[in-house]
Amino acid sequence: MSTSTIASGFDEAALVARAKAGDAAAFSELVQRYDRRVFRMAKQITQNDDDAEDVLQETFLKAYTHLDDFQGNSKFYTWLVRIAVNEALMKLRKRRSDRTVPLDEPIDTGEDEVAREIAVWDQNPEETYSREELARILDEAIQSLKPAYRTVFVLRDIEELSIEETAEALGLSISAVKSRLLRARLQLRDKLTRQFKRKGDDAFAYL
Amino acid sequence: MLTCKQFLHELNEYLDETLDPQTRAELQKHVNECPNCWVVCDTTQKTLKVYKGMEAMAVPADIESRLMAALAKKIKDKGPGRCSGA
Repeated sequence: MSTSTIASGFDEAALVARAKAGDAAAFSELVQRYDRRVFRMAKQITQNDDDAEDVLQETFLKAYTHLDDFQGNSKFYTWLVRIAVNEALMKLRKRRSDRTVPLDEPIDTGEDEVAREIAVWDQNPEETYSREELARILDEAIQSLKPAYRTVFVLRDIEELSIEETAEALGLSISAVKSRLLRARLQLRDKLTRQFKRKGDDAFAYL
Repeated sequence: MLTCKQFLHELNEYLDETLDPQTRAELQKHVNECPNCWVVCDTTQKTLKVYKGMEAMAVPADIESRLMAALAKKIKDKGPGRCSGA
């Protein structure tokens, strides 16, 4: 049971309804279904284990308290992500209170959109690295992004929220989400290329 | 003919397949003719794929048990019939 976090075909609406009616076991089931994704997201945004644990707890405690506010207009997980991202951003802001608020950082002019590292990848990284090694490489690449880019990428490309949902969760305009997402994707691509590029031959040998 | 910069500006929409057919065709033409953009496009696509395929690891047992304890306390404090208004 615990191996599948996003089980398809289970009746989430019924589970949420039971939880709303006060069935604690139903709520626990929702927690167990989503806690690993909430925890991962919290870690990716805060980059800190203690903060991530706080975010995890606060998210589910708040979700329990405010369950009646969940109207079922979005997926339960999307609603949960919104709570979690608020908690995570608060942590981030608190931790960096001596600096500018990261999400409000001005976005620079766009020259860095031009990719620096252009090389084909060796092969599928999934086949070259163990799951643990790959996870470490991917995490390190995410860590190196500015929070403003990291947060958008995590919500859109890892948690798979839509552009609109990402904008809403972060209180950003659609165009801000789009431009940050482009930066994030290109910067990650650039970093991963240094890791995954085909070695020992010319980058354009495939031509 | 699109410039590489124009292509990169539309890369997200191209990868997410949210473009109108005409714009998409223009970008397709560029990527077919420009090796640099082809590589950027291909490796960005692979970047997304590798992140999407990443499974979330289980929450460490101690963190999980503290979470469950905090929830149990909350549920007890509030009472099981949350909606009864009691």
